[in-house]
Amino acid sequence: MPSPTFEFAQAGGAPTGTPTKITQGSQTKGGIGESTLRPDGTLKVTGEFAYSSDMWHEDMLWGQILRSTVAHAEIVSIDTSEALAMPGVYAVMTYDDLPTEVKNYGLEIQDTPVLAHGKVRHHGEPVAIVAADHPETARRAAAKIHVEYRDLPVITDEASATAPDAILVHEGRDDHHAGHVPHPNIVHRQPIVRGNADEAARKADVIVRGEYTFGMQDQAFLGPESGLAVPEEDGGVHLYIATQWLHSDLRQIAPVLGLPEKKVRMTLAGVGGAFGGREDLSMQIHACLLALRTGKPVKIVYNRFESFFGHVHRHPAKLYYEHGATKDGKITHMKCRIVLDGGAYASASPAVVGNASSLSVGPYVIDDVDIEAIALYTNNPPCGAMRGFGAVQACFAYEAQMDKLAAKLGMDPVEFRQLNAMEQGTIMPTGQPVDSPAPVAELLRRVKAMPLPPERQWESSEGADVRQLPGGLSNTTHGEGVVRGIGYAVGIKNVGFSEGFDDYSTAKVRMEVVGGEPVATVHTAMAEVGQGGVTVHAQIARTELGVTQVTIHPADTQVGSAGSTSASRQTYVTGGAVKNACELVRERVLEIGRRKFGSYHPAWATAELLLEGGKVVTDGGEVLADLVDVLENESVEVEEEWRHRPTEAFDLRTGQGNGHVQYSFAAHRAVVEVDTELGLVKVIELACAQDVGKALNPLSVLGQIQGGTLQGMGIAVMEEIVVDPKTAKVRNPSFTDYLLPTILDTPIIPVDVLELADEHAPYGLRGIGEAPTLSSTPAVLAAIRNATGLELNRTPVRPEHLTGQA
Amino acid sequence: MDFLRPASWEEALAAKAEHPTAVPIAGGTDVMVEINFDHRRPEYLLDLNRIGDLYEWEVGEESVRLGASVPYTQIMENLRAELPGLALASHTVASPQIRNRGGVGGNLGTASPAGDAHPALLAAGAEVEVESVRGSRRIPIDEFYTGVKRNALAPDELIRAVHIDKADGPQQFSKVGTRNAMVIAVCAFGLALHPGTRTVRTGIGSAAPTPVRAKAAEEFLNAALEEGGFWDNGEIITPSVAKQFADLCSAACNPIDDVRGTASYRRHAVGIMARRTLTWTWESYRGTAAHTEGVA
Repeated sequence: MPSPTFEFAQAGGAPTGTPTKITQGSQTKGGIGESTLRPDGTLKVTGEFAYSSDMWHEDMLWGQILRSTVAHAEIVSIDTSEALAMPGVYAVMTYDDLPTEVKNYGLEIQDTPVLAHGKVRHHGEPVAIVAADHPETARRAAAKIHVEYRDLPVITDEASATAPDAILVHEGRDDHHAGHVPHPNIVHRQPIVRGNADEAARKADVIVRGEYTFGMQDQAFLGPESGLAVPEEDGGVHLYIATQWLHSDLRQIAPVLGLPEKKVRMTLAGVGGAFGGREDLSMQIHACLLALRTGKPVKIVYNRFESFFGHVHRHPAKLYYEHGATKDGKITHMKCRIVLDGGAYASASPAVVGNASSLSVGPYVIDDVDIEAIALYTNNPPCGAMRGFGAVQACFAYEAQMDKLAAKLGMDPVEFRQLNAMEQGTIMPTGQPVDSPAPVAELLRRVKAMPLPPERQWESSEGADVRQLPGGLSNTTHGEGVVRGIGYAVGIKNVGFSEGFDDYSTAKVRMEVVGGEPVATVHTAMAEVGQGGVTVHAQIARTELGVTQVTIHPADTQVGSAGSTSASRQTYVTGGAVKNACELVRERVLEIGRRKFGSYHPAWATAELLLEGGKVVTDGGEVLADLVDVLENESVEVEEEWRHRPTEAFDLRTGQGNGHVQYSFAAHRAVVEVDTELGLVKVIELACAQDVGKALNPLSVLGQIQGGTLQGMGIAVMEEIVVDPKTAKVRNPSFTDYLLPTILDTPIIPVDVLELADEHAPYGLRGIGEAPTLSSTPAVLAAIRNATGLELNRTPVRPEHLTGQA
Repeated sequence: MDFLRPASWEEALAAKAEHPTAVPIAGGTDVMVEINFDHRRPEYLLDLNRIGDLYEWEVGEESVRLGASVPYTQIMENLRAELPGLALASHTVASPQIRNRGGVGGNLGTASPAGDAHPALLAAGAEVEVESVRGSRRIPIDEFYTGVKRNALAPDELIRAVHIDKADGPQQFSKVGTRNAMVIAVCAFGLALHPGTRTVRTGIGSAAPTPVRAKAAEEFLNAALEEGGFWDNGEIITPSVAKQFADLCSAACNPIDDVRGTASYRRHAVGIMARRTLTWTWESYRGTAAHTEGVA
């Protein structure tokens, strides 16, 4: 069984960066920096945790969605009469039944119909919804809705999307990108031009070009989309929902229902993973519409099949890269063109384009660049947010380029990367200086320095341990044809929402005495999707307020927005908001203390005071008062918004602008065994080194890095939604044929964590969730190339690609 | 949907006679997936879980009588010596939970070309014991698979057991999937040496509309082994013979391109597996091979 290893590097001896002053109360247990355990951990591993799909309400109905069976077609007619006549059916709704003029929604561009109107634009688009008193009745009723389609030609790639006579996926666009895109079937285009790539190319001694293909990955969260909408007496609705961002949902739901936002109450239900796939709405509006129509609570739960159609996926991409280098190994220039397939609706495509373009250079110093990224509208499944968000696709391509350059120059691939690695002070292609530690060369050094797993590790005295070989228990080799390969990669990911977005979070913190003990309550709207925010918030409150007992209030819309649980941002932004609110509470508590006890001791007026171990203490450690005595019957409560430093939009022609908040870096070394005859791969080890700024919870950091690493490995060797290019229909919407890594596919993942503080961030921390997903994929591909000598310009790589049988 | 729960084998046969469209269900690892995905909605389900006889096996002089519902886990744990090929194949079936429920009767009933047991049954040589109210008969495995997900059962018949010859020589099973566990076969290969009759038998899965034997490959190898006196002298099989055998196994395939793999890859992979399993079994026969079943 693979066993994880984990070590934390000393922050001392850091090449760059200033440690942030941390006023951590050493007397308070369970504060930041400790591996406190998740409050929901035991419940989840024992199967007792209540997920959104477990909810139940007396008298509730079950909702079911009828989805299109074709990818692109006009709707000639919809006949719901047979479904409505079925006993047990309470409502059937189509586009014509929508209650207001607002019939679309969308994260940035409201181009997604709540229910299809006139035509469908992708396979599995919602056409009608049903409420019935039993889920099977609802399913059968939906099957009795007769929809007549007239097929339209499908748009599936750049050529078909931008052909002169191409059908427009969306007619009459008036969104804010419509004016600057070269074709209406392009959602958004972001060029970045810096220096002069053509001129710099003349200095190159070698030039490498590559065309890369990135497949469509699914978030494959284990808890399918589900929620419960309960009508309320005031005509409003209360939605209990598994989502990534309650307030973003609310902003999109309320107008379609024709309700003011205060009449749409939302409470977070148990979320079974997200990875970006819950940033867009799924069944939220449908459940609310049916609840308001029937006057009864309505629950909707997707099954796995429907889930594949019910959320956006990672953008598949074509990437065209050119790099040059001098013979002494300095990169001269880079030109690239990244074509992302956004599918039928915009979702997060514009922001994914911004990320792909601005991070297309990777963590390298290249002064002369010519970059273009676009996202297409096609009739393929809609694509949007997924862990790594545009940076993943780029990293796969530029890291392949780095290996090609190193090979052409006869240099070691790690040394070549280190020679060109960015560092603090490097200017990004957007013109933005990197103003916090960027230990790219150091991370590479660390993964390279880790000991390698032993050769032929499958050999034992009893024979070959097939679990350690490609093919595993399927018993395909006992060592025949097996070649080891080693590959390296490093990546750069932005943290937080970029391009001028007002990326704030809100926290409400209350402190009071309960049962003779000071207790803090933290209330935010942050969606806990498994990232461990609830653990970290309690740790922050303990550190800042010197209490042991912290209550985490359920997340809902009774408090201000916490922003999205995505972009590696929650510990930074909502963590920052909790820290800020705690600091304000602490000031108020100290004011009360001064008022009550200030005359008893001069330190109340002169010293810097802290809250530690339930007491007010001086920075010298002298106890001034018990918090219980300070507070008595008073409670102190603060609700406050908190913002990281602002960002700017990228210029639409040059891509210049201070667009990002913070960067996050990880490096991987992959060790693989490839059965070169059968084309099967066993990833033996995926070593990772990452700078996390400050590990607020080291155990959670380990989990994030190992999970991200494995998700990156998935798209390297097995995970892909396969779409038929002739029909734009999904061919493998099940876990039978969409393969996720099992524990037997999971390599040993040694993790080396560096903590170089970012002085701009709370506690110096760095968002960590996404960076390991970036470099994992190209490291595995590099290792497979190393083993096979094949070029391998697409991911995932399949057995037929490795054996010339594609 | 009616759920029929016969308490005995006789009641089950009567129910099947009365409702020939009834779908038998034992472990449910195939049938329930079909029902959950709404791929089929049978009028009757015939639950065989109360019939204890189906969960039993007997090891006889010559062969093993394996009840239709004996779970794969039991085969792996208890019949490794008698049925090594089937035990290896059983270990590649899905996950431990599925292996605790599913059995060979279900594989045969579904008759999917991707069923993991088929190549091992073909290679070992098996007979399927089926019965109806009209009587009992044994169908040789070579005649059992009649088309894609079709078998030789009459509408009123149920599978009661499988009779498999006890191994009289080394057997192997290999399966290609794009994941290292819990995966449906892209293609699979079973090989059994039968020193008693001086023959070899093969089985190919997922590379033709039905599970098939590579008969031309078997005949070629039988002749080559005989001609070179290999059974007696125990010499290493020459690479050219192994290659010819592998090529003939590839040629026995009639695969399709699908979401799991290309036809051309399947042909290629069957050839590789044929060559490797021949080496493993022959080395084992010569007595030189280490234990190579995997120690999982």
